[in-house]
Amino acid sequence: MFQVRIHGRGGQGVVTAAELLSVAAFSEGRHAQAFPTFGSERTGAPVVSFCRIDDAEIRVREPISEPDAVIVQDPTLLHQVDLFAGLKPDGYLVINSVHGFGDLGLGEFVERFRQERLLTVPATDIAREHLGRPLPNAALLGAFAAVSGIVSPASVAAAIREKFAGDVGAANVAAADAAYAFVQDEIREAAHA
Amino acid sequence: MPHQQIKFYQVGSFVAGNRLLRPDERSVQARMERSNTLTSGHRACQGCGEALGARYALDAAMRATGGQLVAANATGCLEVFSTPYPESSWQLPWLHSLFGNAPAVASGIAAALKAKGRTEVRVIGQGGDGGTLDIGFACLSGMFERNDDVLFICYDNEAYMNTGVQRSSATPPAARTANTKPVGPEPGNVFGQGKNAPLIAMAHEIPYVATATVAELRDLEAKIERAMEFRGARYVHVFVPCPLGWGSASKDTIKIARLAKETGLFPVFEAEHGEVVSVSKIRRRVPVEEYLRAQKRFAHLFKDPPQTDVIERIQAGADRNIRRFGLLPDEPDETGELMRLLAETDRGPQ
Amino acid sequence: MRRQIEGSQAVAAAVALCRPEVISAYPISPQTHIVEGLSDLVRTGELAPCEYLMVESEFAALSAAIGASAAGARAYTATASQGLLYMAEALYNASGLGLPIVMTVANRAIGAPINIWNDHSDSMSQRDSGWLQLYAETNQEALDLHIQAFKLAEEVSLPVMVCMDGFILTHAFESVDIPTQDQVDAYLPRFEPRQVLDPADPVSIGAMVGPEAFTEVKYLMHAAQMQALDVIPEVSAEFAQAFGRNSGGLIRPYRSADAETIVVALGSVLGTIEDVVDELREQGMKVGAVGIKTFRPYPLEEVREALGHARRIVVLEKAFAVGLGGIVGQNVRLALSGLPAPVYDVVAGLGGRPITKQSLHTLLDDVLNDRLEPGRLTFLDIDWNLVGRELQRTREKRRSGPHAENILRDIGVVAAGPN
Repeated sequence: MFQVRIHGRGGQGVVTAAELLSVAAFSEGRHAQAFPTFGSERTGAPVVSFCRIDDAEIRVREPISEPDAVIVQDPTLLHQVDLFAGLKPDGYLVINSVHGFGDLGLGEFVERFRQERLLTVPATDIAREHLGRPLPNAALLGAFAAVSGIVSPASVAAAIREKFAGDVGAANVAAADAAYAFVQDEIREAAHA
Repeated sequence: MPHQQIKFYQVGSFVAGNRLLRPDERSVQARMERSNTLTSGHRACQGCGEALGARYALDAAMRATGGQLVAANATGCLEVFSTPYPESSWQLPWLHSLFGNAPAVASGIAAALKAKGRTEVRVIGQGGDGGTLDIGFACLSGMFERNDDVLFICYDNEAYMNTGVQRSSATPPAARTANTKPVGPEPGNVFGQGKNAPLIAMAHEIPYVATATVAELRDLEAKIERAMEFRGARYVHVFVPCPLGWGSASKDTIKIARLAKETGLFPVFEAEHGEVVSVSKIRRRVPVEEYLRAQKRFAHLFKDPPQTDVIERIQAGADRNIRRFGLLPDEPDETGELMRLLAETDRGPQ
Repeated sequence: MRRQIEGSQAVAAAVALCRPEVISAYPISPQTHIVEGLSDLVRTGELAPCEYLMVESEFAALSAAIGASAAGARAYTATASQGLLYMAEALYNASGLGLPIVMTVANRAIGAPINIWNDHSDSMSQRDSGWLQLYAETNQEALDLHIQAFKLAEEVSLPVMVCMDGFILTHAFESVDIPTQDQVDAYLPRFEPRQVLDPADPVSIGAMVGPEAFTEVKYLMHAAQMQALDVIPEVSAEFAQAFGRNSGGLIRPYRSADAETIVVALGSVLGTIEDVVDELREQGMKVGAVGIKTFRPYPLEEVREALGHARRIVVLEKAFAVGLGGIVGQNVRLALSGLPAPVYDVVAGLGGRPITKQSLHTLLDDVLNDRLEPGRLTFLDIDWNLVGRELQRTREKRRSGPHAENILRDIGVVAAGPN
């Protein structure tokens, strides 16, 4: 079973991100379960959503305490919420930020993990470029697909188009694809470094 | 040969009037084929205004709808005396659910009939003042605002009669009830409370609102029939004296209802979409004292010394109604003007 | 067709397939997505003929359904928590009148303190209202149970509430198989009411019944629920035949046939419990589970048969009888009367507190090592520290303040720092 935990703030599409991930996995013939934790719904309040992916039927219902991957949609949550609680040593981490881990004050922290599985992505910028709005969830999914390979970019795109019709869907797919390409480049560079 | 116009008035009973009316103007009760929707054998008190009003209203509705009618009834006197298990006086499909939900139940019935494509079957919701104005008020307002195709009839005897005459939001000032007894500094029900149900109904701008009394039964029938010409939410508020609860003689029910109108205490009118369209004028104005003296629930006003100040306040209330609704012949209809002004303000300049 | 959708949307799809003629809707978290989904289907004409009433309260919602059902229409509504309580009078009215209304209860805690998250205090509070109660373990089962519910309700002429855990199921995306309209039409025939308001054949419904007949009328309601103990397995078996999967029924055992320790629960937590059972089995421990699918009528015989051989029973429930103890626990004890196995009452998940595998492992370890007292209510994962501090506060001062606010202050608030 592969468990993903997504952190962000209300209004950033954190819940939708988990849903789309589950739909993408489903389209690849796997079982997937996505669900949110709810506070009283307020834009700007911290929100967490979860997605489990497995080849067998998923029965467990508890929140994910030991994620295989953490996606952080809003870096202002760093140092406020324990975003990385339970993240497995060989887990994946994707943070929406223009800064590197060092500048985010996480330089030491990330040394415990596998470097090639951790990255920061300027997802908000990518979103602004393709959507015209700072909604980073699609871009982050594209980035996550690239670093983890858990779902294919095509599945992510299909899930996005199923949820968002017309131009909005296309724009989100563009953002996801752009982030995917961005991460692929980074991985390639890192491999050659 | 010179001829003279003769006016016949309904004095005491309407029998004489019926014989002098055109066949189509005669009361439903005068016809062989009347439905007897609320048939005899029910357990109402002698002189019950509600039984009288319900019988006339339902028979008129049955005639207007060709018998295609369903009724939802709130808990209360009408429901209790009409269905003493295992008997029922109702000769139409009839449902009693709860005290506070008759308007919502009626809405549900109307929705079911609509879904089934049986819109020729019409729906009536009915109850007393307690069930309609207090505990059922939210449901009533909801039915109004959705404009559900229901005619709701409130039989107003101004208190919770079936449970032993307790005060409701329809209880008039100074009236004695079981919990507004004539003791203490302000005997009887206090001034400055209560709801004006017909005006509240009008504020919802529903297609048709009317008030009526059991003194003018042909008028009540005409209003029910008129209501059935509309689709959407309609409300008819019927003034029904309760001899037991009011401490009046059972033979005086119709007379007391007439006095309520002729004093101006109970305005009789019709409104459509929030505007008064017709007013039934007072024929021979009467001071409120005549009305109050006929009921023991106001007896404490006439002790020694009499509470003239309270009686004056009640009179002032009647005067205000007369002014607001233009109840005297040839007087301007102040309320109509007011409501038209309000309606215009709401919609903006026409 | 298999789709990956939200539980609420799955339920809306299922209800629509049952061809309801009147839906009344009043919003309350966490049921809102169900009624919103149904609204869309009615508006687009996909669900027709159907009247969708946006009513002014839950009391009105069930009242409208009562009127509609009495007029011969298949009627549906949904609610949770406070809304269920607000319609409590109407619940008893609907069951007393024998109207086969189906209602989703998106299980949510009842306040005070106000709480929007899942537990079973709402449906448990109405367990004696005369409604049948079915509990779904997964979104697939929630979907399936609604289809079965209409059939069941109309057969026994009693209303049915389908309970599904709020947020945990309603807001979870998982894959469900949605049947076709033809399949549902074949399984669920047109509504043929036992009584109907029809001008062609007038009846008076809802008269007062006095001491001379009330007992008999009530007995008939009880008899109908007892009859449901036979009808429910039939409805479930017919469902399996028509749709090719097992759903519903009275109880569902999981690896319990040879188990020495059996955990009993309702609803979605059974999924987590089944994972724990598998893990313990791998360690060689003889543990199993029994899910109660139908809580009313209560399947005494089936429960006794499923649990009778066990050496110990652990009842895990999401509600309790304040001042007394477990509710499901009591019912289980009743089913097992005369048998020696101890029954442990464990309350968990109140107000949405997650029930984790880790906690369940610890719990079962405590049980197996006799660290728990059977018959005494155990509160899983309770913070005794917080409780102790508040009790101390109340001992020291008369005007100690409201409990909830004091405890929240003790916990502290997660601050939103500078950006």
